[in-house]
Amino acid sequence: MNGAAWRRVRGLMRKEAVQIWRDPSALAIAFLLPAILLWLFGYGVTLDARRVPLGIVVERPGALAASFTAGFDRSRYFAPHRYLSGRDAEQAMAAGKVSGIVWLRADFGRQARTARGAPVGVVIDGVDANTARLVEGYVQQVWAGWVAAAAARQGERDALPLDIRPRVRFNPSVNSRHYLIPGLIALIMTLTGALLTALVIAREWERGTMEALMVTPVTLRDILVAKLVPYFALGMGGMFGSVGIAVFLFGVPLRGSMLVLSFCAALFMLAALGMGLLISTVARNQFVAGQLALITTFLPAFILSGFVFDLHSTPGFVQAISHVVAARYFIAILQSVFLAGDVWAVILPNAAALALLAAIFLALARALSRKRLD
Amino acid sequence: MARIIALIVKELQAILRDRRGRVVLFAAPLIQLMVFGYAATFDLNRVPVAIYDQDGSEASRQLVARFLGAPAFALADTLRSDRRIDALIDSRAVQMVLVIGRHFTRDLLRGRAAPVQVIVDGRNSNTALIIVGYANTILTGFGDDWRAARGGRGPPAHLVMRARYNPALRSQWFVVPGIVALLTQVVTLVVIGLSVAREREAGTFDQLLVTPLTPLDILIGKSVPGLLIGMVEASVIVLAAVFWFHVPLRGSIGALYAGLLLFVTAVTGVGLAISAVSATQQQALLGAFLFMVPSVILSGFATPIANMPLWVERITLVNPLRYMLVIVRATFLEGAGFATLAGQFWPMAAIGAVNLGLAAWLFRKRST
Repeated sequence: MNGAAWRRVRGLMRKEAVQIWRDPSALAIAFLLPAILLWLFGYGVTLDARRVPLGIVVERPGALAASFTAGFDRSRYFAPHRYLSGRDAEQAMAAGKVSGIVWLRADFGRQARTARGAPVGVVIDGVDANTARLVEGYVQQVWAGWVAAAAARQGERDALPLDIRPRVRFNPSVNSRHYLIPGLIALIMTLTGALLTALVIAREWERGTMEALMVTPVTLRDILVAKLVPYFALGMGGMFGSVGIAVFLFGVPLRGSMLVLSFCAALFMLAALGMGLLISTVARNQFVAGQLALITTFLPAFILSGFVFDLHSTPGFVQAISHVVAARYFIAILQSVFLAGDVWAVILPNAAALALLAAIFLALARALSRKRLD
Repeated sequence: MARIIALIVKELQAILRDRRGRVVLFAAPLIQLMVFGYAATFDLNRVPVAIYDQDGSEASRQLVARFLGAPAFALADTLRSDRRIDALIDSRAVQMVLVIGRHFTRDLLRGRAAPVQVIVDGRNSNTALIIVGYANTILTGFGDDWRAARGGRGPPAHLVMRARYNPALRSQWFVVPGIVALLTQVVTLVVIGLSVAREREAGTFDQLLVTPLTPLDILIGKSVPGLLIGMVEASVIVLAAVFWFHVPLRGSIGALYAGLLLFVTAVTGVGLAISAVSATQQQALLGAFLFMVPSVILSGFATPIANMPLWVERITLVNPLRYMLVIVRATFLEGAGFATLAGQFWPMAAIGAVNLGLAAWLFRKRST
């Protein structure tokens, strides 16, 4: 870029900055939106079930049954409610008062002495399949603890044939917040990026100022660069704010380096802003640009990015489509940089994909915006 | 009346005139339904695993075969030492490593608990927990069968698990009805959210105000197109959920539609209020996002409301999507009707009434 072009771009950037200043909604998008959303979601979004309301039915009380149900009272995962009969408990589940039922039949004590052991009925509300599976796991934990304790009391050797030792790397306490918050940052910054730029070019077309710009010596490249730089600065400001909130307010460990994080964040910001510019260029009027931004940014970044739904398990065509979602790469990087460290095997391919996406979006925006009058 | 109809027709024309706008409104939600219906799953499928079998015996091979026979797991690597375990997980080449101890068979034969280690990638802690759960089920089953085959005494009690309403715990049954509510909200918001702001920015809203139309007429004229388009899209998505995704619709269709109508009205109210308070389309778009994003994330769509702290749970009480999700899931899976869902209907009606009133008031206020 030569001196004259640089002067032109600088002038345009100053104009853009004045416009940002005049309508504070852009500043709100860059700083307020990420801060509020991250703060709210950081507290609100967790997959860890705790204090699950659980119905317990003991048809005939006894010492053995009491020792079994005591495990649920002690567990921090359950809030047990006693019911006198299975019918009462089932009604409570239909009314949504309990999410599961543990049911000890009248012959529990007698059957427990047989070689087969006593069956314990466990009924779980399966509507929310994910929570149901977690609750099943928690019930199993309580059961295994009781079996081990019962065996130890009787001086038997190991009651269970296998000693299963799960080890969760990077997040030993399996705190879902630690993995969801890095994802939230990517999600929120996708919105910020698209919101910041989705309307800026469409607005110039709609107000007729694009035609005014055309009669100046300004080139299209100058216009795009001048639109990109101020919003890039705003977006990066919001990004650092979000990382700060994640680390200092929510205590998410940042095990990788800030340098790697910043570099990848910059690549992602370029892709997100490029996507906004592309929307703006394609739509040409703010109304359609706004609709496109609402539909194409948030839900895909939410569902197709690996933020909560693991992409590994989806069918091939979904995985193929997810490759155009920039958040997908950034979330993979963020989860590694926050929880694992600078794992180059994850960072390099994902950063390369982000750079490629940014280049494609910006090149498309450049190619589709023509300096002509319709 | 004729005036209102004329306004409605004009609004529909304004929304549907632009070809790109039509594509955005009709094609995009259907495509998203198809993609999200398959993408939004918590089920595990072909999770890449590595296996480090130190024992290499008949018994350990049987155990490995059980893992590889399960559709949830797919073998990605076989290890000969523990050196590469961490690297494989760090680089996300595998999500789980199963380590079978050296004395696996000996311990089993002596009745000692044979150690088996399951190492999982905790970066996605939810997947990690589900993987551990699946692995536990396979391992426990193997142990029980081993005992039973040798006439050993089992533990004094065993669990017989059953899931009500969704016996196979398919997350598609949970997620697809949720998408019905989600996409209906997005479409309604897209139709309504910028409508007044656009007229404000173009100056045509002032023209509308000097016509004989009352603010109430304008309110009706502006909301009916959103209601119409929202209900049509909702119906299409419900049909797709039933006939394409085969989610059972067990409850009352009347209750489902009553819920949808109240929900679309509530979202229309929110959209109109946002639109009326904004001076520019940029502000309206920001407002629409500021409503939509928290309303989706704090709705119980992906993460349960029951897990939220109490003060966040209180905030969700003003979120219409929260109630609609309960209604779609209950009518689809639990076979619910009007009686069980009454508690979900009136909050949405209240949210709709407040926001529509607010929008009408804002019309008048801004016009003076």
